[in-house]
Amino acid sequence: MANMAMTTAAQNEWQGDLSELKGLVSERALTGETMMLNMGPHHPSTHGVLRLLLELDGEEIVSCIPDVGYLHTGIEKNIEAKTYEKGVTLTDRMDYLAPMSNNMVFCMAIEKLTDLDVPERAQVIRTICLELTRLNSHLVWLGTHAIDMGAMSVFLYCFREREMILDMFEMLSGQRMMGSYIRPGGVWRDLPQEFLPALETFLNYFPAKIDDYERLLTNNPVWIDRTQGIGVIEPDVALAYGITGPSLRASGVNWDIRKTSPYLTYGHYSFDVPLGEHGDVYDRYIVRVREMRESVSIIRQALKHLTQASGGFRSNNRKFVPPPRSELGQSMEAVIHHFKLWTEGFSAPDAEVYMAIESPRGEIGCYLHGTGGNKPRRVHFKTPSLIHISALSMITKNHFIADVVAIIGSVDIVLGDCDR
Amino acid sequence: MESRSTPNQFLRLGITLVILAVIGGGLIALLNGITGQACLNNLSSCLTNNGWNPGIAGFVPILLGVLGVATFPLLVTILLIWVERKFAARIQDRIGPNRVGPFGLIQPLADVLKLLTKEDITPTGADKPIYNLAPPFMVASVLLIWAVVPFTPYHYGVDLEIGAIYFVAVASIATLAVIMGGWASNNKYALLGAFRTVALLVSYEIPLAMALLVPVLLAGSMSMVGIVEAQGAMWFMFMAPIATLLFFISSQAEVGRAPFDLIEAESELIAGFNIEYSGMKFAMFFAGEFMHVFTNGVLMAILFTGGWWGPFAYEAPLLGFFYLMIKSSFWYFISLWVRNSLPRFRVDQVMNLNWKILVPISILNLIMMALMLRIALGFEQSAGIVVTDFFSALPRTGFLLIGNVVVLVVVWLWLGRQGRQQRQLEEMNRFSVTATGD
Amino acid sequence: MTNVLNEWAFIGVFFLLAPLLPSLPIAIAALISPRKPNAIKQATYECGLETVGDTWVQFKVQYYVFGLIFLVFDVEMVFLFPWALAYQQLDFFAFAAGLLFIFLLTDALFYAWGKNALEWS
Repeated sequence: MANMAMTTAAQNEWQGDLSELKGLVSERALTGETMMLNMGPHHPSTHGVLRLLLELDGEEIVSCIPDVGYLHTGIEKNIEAKTYEKGVTLTDRMDYLAPMSNNMVFCMAIEKLTDLDVPERAQVIRTICLELTRLNSHLVWLGTHAIDMGAMSVFLYCFREREMILDMFEMLSGQRMMGSYIRPGGVWRDLPQEFLPALETFLNYFPAKIDDYERLLTNNPVWIDRTQGIGVIEPDVALAYGITGPSLRASGVNWDIRKTSPYLTYGHYSFDVPLGEHGDVYDRYIVRVREMRESVSIIRQALKHLTQASGGFRSNNRKFVPPPRSELGQSMEAVIHHFKLWTEGFSAPDAEVYMAIESPRGEIGCYLHGTGGNKPRRVHFKTPSLIHISALSMITKNHFIADVVAIIGSVDIVLGDCDR
Repeated sequence: MESRSTPNQFLRLGITLVILAVIGGGLIALLNGITGQACLNNLSSCLTNNGWNPGIAGFVPILLGVLGVATFPLLVTILLIWVERKFAARIQDRIGPNRVGPFGLIQPLADVLKLLTKEDITPTGADKPIYNLAPPFMVASVLLIWAVVPFTPYHYGVDLEIGAIYFVAVASIATLAVIMGGWASNNKYALLGAFRTVALLVSYEIPLAMALLVPVLLAGSMSMVGIVEAQGAMWFMFMAPIATLLFFISSQAEVGRAPFDLIEAESELIAGFNIEYSGMKFAMFFAGEFMHVFTNGVLMAILFTGGWWGPFAYEAPLLGFFYLMIKSSFWYFISLWVRNSLPRFRVDQVMNLNWKILVPISILNLIMMALMLRIALGFEQSAGIVVTDFFSALPRTGFLLIGNVVVLVVVWLWLGRQGRQQRQLEEMNRFSVTATGD
Repeated sequence: MTNVLNEWAFIGVFFLLAPLLPSLPIAIAALISPRKPNAIKQATYECGLETVGDTWVQFKVQYYVFGLIFLVFDVEMVFLFPWALAYQQLDFFAFAAGLLFIFLLTDALFYAWGKNALEWS
């Protein structure tokens, strides 16, 4: 019986009447001259459950129809039913390669909505975490991009280094990936003792490893052949599509929210925004690799800043941030605050805010509408992956199948980020 | 949908074991019968003397020889899987198999056992006879190469006078197997893989055969045994380095190993032609590929690095076999190294590399080798040198190396020019950003 | 004479046995492996979705062009082997004839190149 049910479920899927796709595919597909091929959702190099319906003439792409929604988890709707503090945990699951960025943008929206001040030290810690997240995400990107192109070893090297970052995240939050370390008003707890030495070790170790990756790829003729001139996005097209992040900067558009509207402590540090000039897969690779080097330098500056930063690791506003455990035994007020915060949560005014930060993938924005109560009326995330996927059908036109894989890798998408 | 119950499965297992036992027992009995007569030296005549039919008696040693030659690569493959995984693990800074047996040595056996008990799925709409024939063909094509491999000065399957052509002929059966598998699976990914094969494997046979012509030219023999014996004075690798390189590159492509692994590109076509195969049939494709890589190593050793030649190889044949294995492993490891370091080509780039670079170079190289060999022969004749040992082979090597250098210079200049043109073209095509805004 | 016959007998037996050896484990696997087919399990794999349209479509002609070029070269290659084999005993005329043949081969390559038969798309 179970099998029967499965069969019917499969049959209820789109049955492939090509006339439905009229206008999206070429005329030749309707006559059966070209081949329709499903790439994904269960495909090793669509970076998640992305489905591309490809129309192929031999190996060449005639048309490409991206189909998303296979990883829809209803996070935005779920957050509406949760208090603000609990919502943070859900944001981790959106862009699962850069959870801290999601935490950050959500918390920044909340802080803006409630006018909550964050002490300087917390800001610096957040900056360090965000840059580590950027490294984490770029490492996964580089590894998967390389293995998509057949360079298997780079993948494992990247994950070896990523492991160190995940270890540090575990020190911070007790969790390797979905740490929810950044909370409204600051961070969950102060930096543990072992974190700074571990970070120092990593910073000393990592730049040489970037050199290693570059030695394997940057001047490799096969790599250059596979990437240069492939998947070109022109700057005006990129802006029209709303592409952001390294993918936009590879097209030569100087747009980095860390520079244009500095948040956290980014304004204090000097760093370059690497730009490409051709907008192809190779430039997107170069831009991200340079960004990794910049991130390392930002973290170094932030570490120096950390020693002078004032304030604690989170706000002292007891209406929003729970009191430390040590106070609970002595202060009745602390107990009340604690109880209120962990049962009811804090309230935010009936107003709307939009905050955007530079996630590793591009601009991640959070639109937040409060109700005056303890839950938001509407939360919406503007995520880079969705936009990058929507541009895929334009970018992949007249390329080969192998290039599609390279392009998907190069615009760096995460389907959790796209579908939410 | 439950079709078979478990007891049936045990019954089938029992029947299989019985059949295997009967076959094994029969073989042992046969061997006992033979060795009991103590006539290993001339088996057929001995058997005839013992009242066997002469036709059958002549057939028995052949059968045994075939079995011996064919089982060896199959056994080596089991070890190779472990070697490859360990080697890749070392390159990639991880541990590799280390659980089953000491150093994970038994891992391949465990894998084989697992694959034996895996369900074999035939997709609906597959062309069944062709679908089932493809995996054995794949392995057979590689096994057949071993018929002409000289293991030691005295031990080889058969010394075919046209060994080189035989090798080219049987190696292309693998192409056929891949196309059969890809086409019959009725799967679009498999089909794409199969079509890539048509283009790729077939094309790389040209530089492969062209490079193969060079040892034939130098040895004056097409037999593998003859080619190895001709390298007693000097390995062909030192006489014809370019041919060596060409043969290595094309054989790497023939196997479909990175950077030429686009026929099964797991990130594009998932597994290419063998995507629908499961269980033991998949294992056969897999084994065929592994065996082919090592076989290529063996061929490199035979054709260019002197096969079994080494100190005391004539006196102790086992030592010769040892040398052959060492040299083959050397080439095999280089192949693994390349595989684990390079990204994958795209299909049009692979074709360009072949037709526009490798084929012209291989033709030029062949012409230069022929010319220089003629000059060297003339020189040797006038100087009265007979090539017998290392020193007497030096003049010839020198002449041929000059030929190689000429080829290298021509190729360098030509490729450099072509590269510059292409770069200009690419710079023109490669879009350049003029507007930068913020 | 018997020697040559023996050699080819060896190859003949090898040709018969070589596909049989790998068939043996497949046969064993067929005997001991479970067999529980169902429609979904046996469906064609195309990333988890039903396949659209026919697989065995008319395919791009480019592949055949390469096939044809290969055929020409492969056949000519076979002629070169005897030449290379007997090379050391050849007189100048045969040597020149061989070279001429190779030049013709090269010419064919450049002809195909010039006709853009070597371009992928």
